[in-house]
Amino acid sequence: MIARILAIAGTEARIALRNRWVLMATLIMTLFALALTFAGSAPTGALGVDLLTVAVASMTTLSVYLAPLLALMISFDSIAGEAERGSLALLLSYPVSRAELLLGKFLAHLGALAFAMTIGFGAAGAITAAMGGASPESLIALFRLIVTSVILGAAFLAIGYALSALAGSATAAAGLAAGGWLILVVLYDLGLLGAVVLDSGGVFTQRVFPWLMTANPADAFRLWNFAASDSVALASGMAGAAKGLPFWAAPLSLLLWPVAALALARLAFARVEP
Amino acid sequence: MQRSDVLTIESVDKWRGKAQVLHGVSLRVAAGERVALLGHNGAGKTTLMKIVLGLTPSGAGTIAIDGAAPGSARARRATAYLPESVAFHKSLTGREQLILFARLAGVGRDTTGALLDRVGLGHAADRRIGTYSKGMRQRLGLAQVLLGRPAVALLDEPTSGLDPVSRHDLYAIIDELADQGTAILIASHALTEVEARTDRIAIMRDGRLVADDTLANLTHSAGLPIRIRLQTRDDSAERIAAELGGTRVNGAAVDLVCPPGGKMEQLRRIAALGDVVVDVDMTPPRLEELYRHYSQEKAQ
Repeated sequence: MIARILAIAGTEARIALRNRWVLMATLIMTLFALALTFAGSAPTGALGVDLLTVAVASMTTLSVYLAPLLALMISFDSIAGEAERGSLALLLSYPVSRAELLLGKFLAHLGALAFAMTIGFGAAGAITAAMGGASPESLIALFRLIVTSVILGAAFLAIGYALSALAGSATAAAGLAAGGWLILVVLYDLGLLGAVVLDSGGVFTQRVFPWLMTANPADAFRLWNFAASDSVALASGMAGAAKGLPFWAAPLSLLLWPVAALALARLAFARVEP
Repeated sequence: MQRSDVLTIESVDKWRGKAQVLHGVSLRVAAGERVALLGHNGAGKTTLMKIVLGLTPSGAGTIAIDGAAPGSARARRATAYLPESVAFHKSLTGREQLILFARLAGVGRDTTGALLDRVGLGHAADRRIGTYSKGMRQRLGLAQVLLGRPAVALLDEPTSGLDPVSRHDLYAIIDELADQGTAILIASHALTEVEARTDRIAIMRDGRLVADDTLANLTHSAGLPIRIRLQTRDDSAERIAAELGGTRVNGAAVDLVCPPGGKMEQLRRIAALGDVVVDVDMTPPRLEELYRHYSQEKAQ
């Protein structure tokens, strides 16, 4: 079983390298991370935190959008595209299970994503440290940002596979992925914001809102990063959002998402007739 | 049973929604046997193959591949498949793609180099599949069929898009597979090829198996007429056509049609005509006519 998962993962990793996906993703991450680091170098004095802390706060906000986007871009084609090209039927005529196929692709794609995140955010950390703008605390916040970004990416990889299995064609899968990104990353928050405004500080805002926010992987990612570091939260202006929740809620939600979405993807994959 | 049937399909039904696409299909293929599966597009050939592969469930009936159920790990290890149009990932090389299949099949990668040579891809093994022609991709597809000596090989239109030389090579490889004991089922439209290259012919129409026998037996039971063409000396064609009940062609030839049982009698009458007949050609019914016969008339 392990041998077959690794065989699939090795092939997928090779494909991601050859079609320059890894290069492009790494370039995008690095450019954005560096741009935000230098753009954030102005307000450090006023807040009394170091340069890297401000950079981590901006990069957290960036990663909320970029990690799901990159993950969906690499995963949406995985099942629908292979089924359409006829390569899925041939693969599944071999003694490899659908779960093994899914896990192999997941391993390779997660590796590619982790590489891009580590290089991109790591470059920002290295440059600020060289400029004397980093502290042990802000380096830990950076490390947390990298790890949680990879977990957030893992969640959206699995969501991408599930949508790919549900879609009838690669084109439909691309549409579903774009829609999924828009709903989970943008519209969900707008909806919650609207509800909070209408509720004007009532029971919903006090009790329900924090949990609804944690249930979304992108928000759980944000909450985890801001709750774990007061100075990052201060720099982002989101200090209050996480107060109503136990400390484990956001990490648990973010960690559960990849597992649950992979299970969902496996179920949806079972219905695919290549 | 003396025959060792490796692939056994018994009374298989299949529905897609409310439409029944397979009706009680039964077919057996023995070790080393090459069976052609013929039928129009949509007759159910590919559906039948996908059921045997376990890619889609059957509605009723039983299938055994070397004793195992379709889709089980044992059945998948015993089966090789060549899809109608193979699409491999274009950024992999032929060798990398074949090694992936070898690892999935659990047969080790040692044989992959020899297999690539065998299908004539040795020189292109380390080039990306994106640079391959259609024929080269089909050869790579064939190479993965040869991995690990399968007990059953299912080939869906293996020669589509191949040039005549490649077709010949492909059938040579299919013969080798059969010689090593693989039961082979070939779905095809290329009737003249399978006519010469298979042991048995199965014909499907509208999800039913309407014929399943050797070419000779099918010819016999179809009772299709034999065509005889006589070359005659000038100006006698008209007279001979009238005498034998045939039709005159081009002034110097006569076409006769006779039932399979009346062949010798007709030949004796032709011989009796003496030297006005210059030459005789006999054409037994070809697979094309048999195919038309079985796939159309016996459908009801």
